[in-house]
Amino acid sequence: MSKPNPNYKGSAWDKFTRWAKGTYDPADGKLESTPPKDRLSPGERAERMLREYDQSRFEEGVAKEIGAFQIISRIFFVLMAVFMVVVLLYTVSFLPAFGDPNSPVNNEVSQRYIEQGLEETGAVNIVTGMILDYRAFDTFGESCVLFVAMCCVTILLRADKKNEIRLRVREEHEMLEYEPQEDNILQQAARILVPLIVIFGIYVVLNGHISPGGGFSGGAIIGTGLILHLTAFGVGRTRRFMNERVIKTLTVCALTFYCFAKSYSFYTGANHLESIITTGTPGAILSAGLIVYLNICVGIVVACTMYSFYILFRRGAI
Amino acid sequence: MLGNLLTNYEDVAAVILFVIGMGNLLLQSNLVKKIIGLDIMDSAVYLFLASKGYIEGGASPIYVDGIMDASYYINPIPAGLVLTGIVVSVSVSALMMALTICLYREYHTLNLDEIMLKLGKEEM
Amino acid sequence: MTLVQNFPFFCIILSMFSAIISFPMNHRWAMRVHLIMVTVVLALSLCVLGYTASTGESYTFMMGHFPAPWGNEIRIGVLEALMAVFFSLIMLLSVLGGLAHIGRELKNSRKNLFFILLDLLMSSLLALIYTNDLFTAYVFIEINTISACGLIMIKKEGRTYVSALRYMVMSLVGSSLFLIALTLLYTITGQLLMTPAKEALAELVAAGEYEVPILVIISLVTVGLGIKSGLYPFHTWIPDAYGYTTPSASAILSSLVSKGYLFLLIKIFYRVLDFEFVVSSQVVNLLFMLGILGMIMGSWLAIKTQNIRRMAAFSSVAQIGYIYMGIGLGTTAGVVAALFHIISHGAMKSLLFISISGLSEVSDDKSDFESLKGAGFRNKLAGVAYTVGAMSMIGMPLLTGFISKYLFASAATTALQGKMVIAWIALAISTILNTVYFMGSVLTIYHSVPAEQRKPHGMMPSRVESVGTVGLIALNVGLGVAATPVIQAIQTGLAIFG
Repeated sequence: MSKPNPNYKGSAWDKFTRWAKGTYDPADGKLESTPPKDRLSPGERAERMLREYDQSRFEEGVAKEIGAFQIISRIFFVLMAVFMVVVLLYTVSFLPAFGDPNSPVNNEVSQRYIEQGLEETGAVNIVTGMILDYRAFDTFGESCVLFVAMCCVTILLRADKKNEIRLRVREEHEMLEYEPQEDNILQQAARILVPLIVIFGIYVVLNGHISPGGGFSGGAIIGTGLILHLTAFGVGRTRRFMNERVIKTLTVCALTFYCFAKSYSFYTGANHLESIITTGTPGAILSAGLIVYLNICVGIVVACTMYSFYILFRRGAI
Repeated sequence: MLGNLLTNYEDVAAVILFVIGMGNLLLQSNLVKKIIGLDIMDSAVYLFLASKGYIEGGASPIYVDGIMDASYYINPIPAGLVLTGIVVSVSVSALMMALTICLYREYHTLNLDEIMLKLGKEEM
Repeated sequence: MTLVQNFPFFCIILSMFSAIISFPMNHRWAMRVHLIMVTVVLALSLCVLGYTASTGESYTFMMGHFPAPWGNEIRIGVLEALMAVFFSLIMLLSVLGGLAHIGRELKNSRKNLFFILLDLLMSSLLALIYTNDLFTAYVFIEINTISACGLIMIKKEGRTYVSALRYMVMSLVGSSLFLIALTLLYTITGQLLMTPAKEALAELVAAGEYEVPILVIISLVTVGLGIKSGLYPFHTWIPDAYGYTTPSASAILSSLVSKGYLFLLIKIFYRVLDFEFVVSSQVVNLLFMLGILGMIMGSWLAIKTQNIRRMAAFSSVAQIGYIYMGIGLGTTAGVVAALFHIISHGAMKSLLFISISGLSEVSDDKSDFESLKGAGFRNKLAGVAYTVGAMSMIGMPLLTGFISKYLFASAATTALQGKMVIAWIALAISTILNTVYFMGSVLTIYHSVPAEQRKPHGMMPSRVESVGTVGLIALNVGLGVAATPVIQAIQTGLAIFG
């Protein structure tokens, strides 16, 4: 074989063959997304090596200590799972057939929801009428589930020690090196999309009692819009209108309103008092009594929760 | 013997998915795979619940053309219950992921067995 | 409808509302709101208890304008009111007893969230007690689970993350099984509220339809709630979850959270599935066996551990075994004993956890037996409190634990011959094991040590903590001396439960 041409490396043909093999990236070093450089101090490097060494030792340990026990427990669990599948399938074979109009589920309960729902709740969307009027206590509990989850995630992820913040900053720094900053395409797209998404979300929330949708789906859509804004324009600009105080105020106001409105209707209902809430004209935006306001509250809570989940996961502070 | 097993294919799928999800949740030692198992399990339960509301040929439960006949629409109750359930499962997944992040920061691994070993070593 | 009848609804809404308004507050105000809320709930529940005891009847309260099969409902009777009184009382005393610990162990930024979690926990417990709707029960089970997880990991240490994770995994499996059971029940009856579901189920049983699904429903509800309350083979999350978090949280987790699920299980047995039918379906025998296993294995594991907090946690496994054994006897007397033990174990275990924190506080915050030697001399009140709690656990007369054991033993005579003998033997073995480890720990804390080690090294408890501890001691003694009215209330409540 002939000697390799010294000028071969770096030539167009070389680049082409490497590109064809997939080992060469023509945009290498020309875009913002450069991989992070190893900027560890010697101490940190030693620590990392020690950790890696420890890691391999641990893996050996895992293999030795857990091996036998795990095999037994795994076999046991697999047998349990097979047993459960068989039992549940056997149960399923006794259940009423899928789509059967005469199954016990379609009884006087659903009949009243459908036949008198419009009259009693004013909502064209029967499901909304059911969850926000007939079974409103469940839905209030459900908003509280979101609220308690937000509290727990805040406990877990909010940075409150100084060194933790430093760690987080370093992590974010590394993350930002991978992430395109001030990406023009993303920003232009976001400029068009964010208002559209948010308006669509508001539409879904406000029409929850007329068409498919409602507070949960609409709130999730608004939350997505906010997350897109955050991704495109960075934390600084989003925080101008969505900071911790705003989120807290919105959540507390929405939940308080929900709490009082529903307490009023529970209280009047249970004590057989006349309620001042009327159902209005079916199909109009401001109809269906409290449902539209409750949908707005739920929408606010869901949007705030989704956004704060994202930002807590991303940087450990709202 | 088979009864309605073949007509209830949605239930069959839901049951099998449920057990797959539960097995992953309990057996996987990787925390992320555990969360995936949790999501499969929850979704299977909601599939099971949602399929209960379906009526052959029924319309979605939103009044159209002033029809107020119960036999025209599907049953709205399971839809409402699933809606509530989905929110619960979103909250739970977020909480589990946050726990996973905290564990990773603390122990630099996603493997629960390794974490347990490191914990045992800490105690000694 | 009189004003008193509205009080249970006020309690639930008040606790949820106080959680909401605590969100923007700082930790001092959140604490005040929480304490005021629990006190008000306690006072209102006492009024409800007085009212229901005087009328001797239960009533339902519509949550909205729609009656039973359509709208949500809560149901109030003597038993529910009694449980609400004791749950709020134990909650109040446990928080007071551990207040200084909360102040020291948690960061200020997290304290108000801690009280929000406690508020929501209270609301979910009240809702689980009062609800007459199965799906509401599921939603509040989830609130209970998530806020309990928050309480477990509130200290933010690696170990507490792991225990929170294990708790979540087991709990989520439990709630999924419960939801499947609920779906199956809904499929065959078409009802979600307890009263109409029970009627529909009774018709199906009488007609002999859907036998297999009904049996599966009973087992899934039992296993699901059993996992969540820490029934023996599913107990693995208990010691870590109770052992490492802040003392108030341990006390509340072990004495209230699992008890909420147990009460819900009994409620479903009586108000949906019909207890006689459950007994005839043999599921109770499974509960009986697992309960007995739990009683013995929990005590055995407690003997082996070297850490006093883990010991108390393992003893919870044993005590939950007692409660399941009582249900498993399959007689009314057994359930009465189980319900009494729910209250009595709540009082004992919160006292133990609070006093353990007081003891370890004066021993350089360590909780292994070696460092605790002579701790009773260093912190006299905590020493006395621990001794009272331990004696109550062993079953000393004049303390509440004795009444529980007496009730279990006499309830066993109403059961089948074989069960009676097994229950007595198990009670005897478990009492001996209890004596071994609790007496051992009492002797350790009063182990003679040189005089210089009798002085406290570490912080001394504050006055508020002492109020909580003394209140819990008084509760234990009070329940032991004057148990008759409580037992009578449980009996009347259970009679109108079905």
